[in-house]
Amino acid sequence: MNEQKVIDDAVSNQYQHGFVTNISQEKLAPGLDESVIHWISKKKKEPEFVLEFRLKAYRYWLGLEMPNWAALNIEPIDFQSISYYAAVNNQPKYESLDDVDPELLKTYERLGIPLYEQKKLAGVAVDAIFDSVSVATTYKDVLAKSGVIFCSFSEACQLHPELVKRYLGKVVPYQDNYFAALNSAVFSDGSFVYIPKGVRCPMELSTYFRINAANTGQFERTLIIAEKESYVSYLEGCTAPMRDENQLHAAVVELYAHENAEIKYSTVQNWYPGDENGKGGIYNFVTKRGKCAENFAKISWTQVETGSAITWKYPSVVLMGDNSVGEFYSVAVTKHHQQADTGSKMFHIGKNTKSCIVSKGISADKSKNSYRGKVHVRSLATGSRSFTQCDSLLIGPNAVANTFPYIDCEQADAKIEHEATTSKIDDLQMLYCNQRGLRPKEALPMIVNGFCKDVFDQLPMEFAAEIQQLLEISLENSIG
Amino acid sequence: MLSIENLNVTAKNGEKILKDFSLTVEPSQVCAIMGPNGCGKSTFANVIAGHPDYDCTGRMDYQGQSLLEMEPHMRAALGIFVAFQSPVSIPGVNNLFFMKTIVNAKRKREGLDSLDASDFLDLVAEKSKMVGLDRSFWDRSLNDDFSGGERKRNDILQMLLLEPKLMILDETDSGLDIDSMKLVSNAVNSLKKKGNSIIVITHYQRLLDYIKPDVVKVMQAGNIKASGKMELVKRLEKEGYNWLSQSS
Repeated sequence: MNEQKVIDDAVSNQYQHGFVTNISQEKLAPGLDESVIHWISKKKKEPEFVLEFRLKAYRYWLGLEMPNWAALNIEPIDFQSISYYAAVNNQPKYESLDDVDPELLKTYERLGIPLYEQKKLAGVAVDAIFDSVSVATTYKDVLAKSGVIFCSFSEACQLHPELVKRYLGKVVPYQDNYFAALNSAVFSDGSFVYIPKGVRCPMELSTYFRINAANTGQFERTLIIAEKESYVSYLEGCTAPMRDENQLHAAVVELYAHENAEIKYSTVQNWYPGDENGKGGIYNFVTKRGKCAENFAKISWTQVETGSAITWKYPSVVLMGDNSVGEFYSVAVTKHHQQADTGSKMFHIGKNTKSCIVSKGISADKSKNSYRGKVHVRSLATGSRSFTQCDSLLIGPNAVANTFPYIDCEQADAKIEHEATTSKIDDLQMLYCNQRGLRPKEALPMIVNGFCKDVFDQLPMEFAAEIQQLLEISLENSIG
Repeated sequence: MLSIENLNVTAKNGEKILKDFSLTVEPSQVCAIMGPNGCGKSTFANVIAGHPDYDCTGRMDYQGQSLLEMEPHMRAALGIFVAFQSPVSIPGVNNLFFMKTIVNAKRKREGLDSLDASDFLDLVAEKSKMVGLDRSFWDRSLNDDFSGGERKRNDILQMLLLEPKLMILDETDSGLDIDSMKLVSNAVNSLKKKGNSIIVITHYQRLLDYIKPDVVKVMQAGNIKASGKMELVKRLEKEGYNWLSQSS
């Protein structure tokens, strides 16, 4: 009874990042054909090979149909009604923050993302992407001293074409899936990170994505390369204004880890989820994959997904190198009419490879939250081990949770474990907290935070408080 | 302080657990409730806490306010504390964080500022000592992987921090060794301030030797069948509960 009241109480709370920035923008007319791709590529002054990559992907995409196997209800998407490029007027890239439109800087301030270095979280370098272009990348000089490259993807295409050419599409080929093909054709901007051999990146790297323009798709492309014995921790955050129509976000993230390298990639996704009736919100259809290309490489994904009308993604790791390690830690919170079909894929190819998947799904209200994961152990992957734990927590009588684990094992020697639980918010835990004087709306986030602790522990320290707050806000929005 | 009249409590499965139960606890009074297993003692404690699984009719007033319609957290805010028979664990919720949250929630209700970290730690250090839980318990998840006795002591620690006005101890002595029981009894006695009332639910005389009750009530089959003082406890220790049904 309490719980229902709590649920009803705060449904009225609103998405905090739903404002629109009024800023002069250059936006491409809606529609997609080869001329659009030529236009984007030219606008970004890309080398010829990038244009070729885009066109090949586009032609391939034309022959594909949108997949429909996920446990999701998706309104048909009209790809001709989307604009594939929006940028703040004036020059697309700024020399220094002084050149940036103050209105834009205000936007980032409202979002709590400080771009001015003196105001920044200690030791975090930030790249900010506004619609289709990168606005500012901070701490570039400091990073450059250790040989780290951290810049927008467009900039990388111009300044480091040899690296882009070598790695682009090597982890997620454009033929991979429908949205990866679309992204490869029309990708806007994103981040590029290169960590040289033996370098431990001296600070957390972070990118904030913001969709502002209406009827625009965001197709960012991120590429992170960690050379032998290097280490990097990277975090992305995302927000968008409240709009009545659904907006498409189809990103591709590729991680490439060489021998003994480690990449830690964290996502805090808080795109606009749509209103309480399920109107509007972001379609978050993203392909994220990492490749442990050589021995003893390690890639770990951590995601906290609270936003988006629909989240559809499976950050994966291809464990090529012997003794390489893949990890996936996820918290997905859905409320109102939000839907999530998310999980991970781990491909064990090298010997003695290890993978670990910990997924916590929390569904409140009328939302639907599915875990879908695949562990594939190939025949040569002797001595491999995989552990999956997925826990679902239901809040309220109408929420739905599903678990779809797929295990494909070609090596008898492999050890694969899978644990799954589904529970409701425990009445006795709630009573216990209430009996100690905590109101249900105080107790609930505390219990849910506890439920997610294994995953939150994986996030960079600098963001821990932010995440707790986000969880509290997003639970408040839907349940209390 | 607490006035219960003709309370009838039915479980979700339709079983009637308390039948026309009446009990009055005066301010500053210590009331012991004893009785055989299954007589409804724990249900009584749960009903005071506001457990959602029971349907209650009748009257249950605390300081002149009716409790039955009141949400559990409102009851707690009035100064009612129930030390549960089996305190639940909440995995992932740090014990110290939980204590800090409940203490500061209470301070907020009283219009006080939150305690700062060092004042709070001093307070917890002092109170933890009283129940014999060392610092290693602070960083663990709330009641998670605690032994039965540790959970009981942890509940009493929370009680010491909240300084409630009406305390219900539901078999707090079970699972405690003799030394712990002495510690816990002393801790409870430290809260015997003017006006505070305590209801002690127990099977054994030992706890009552330390927390001396003013009145002793004996329950059977959902109702109070006998009232008295410590002599009643001694008779139960000697003769058990059989004489109750014979005499009624």
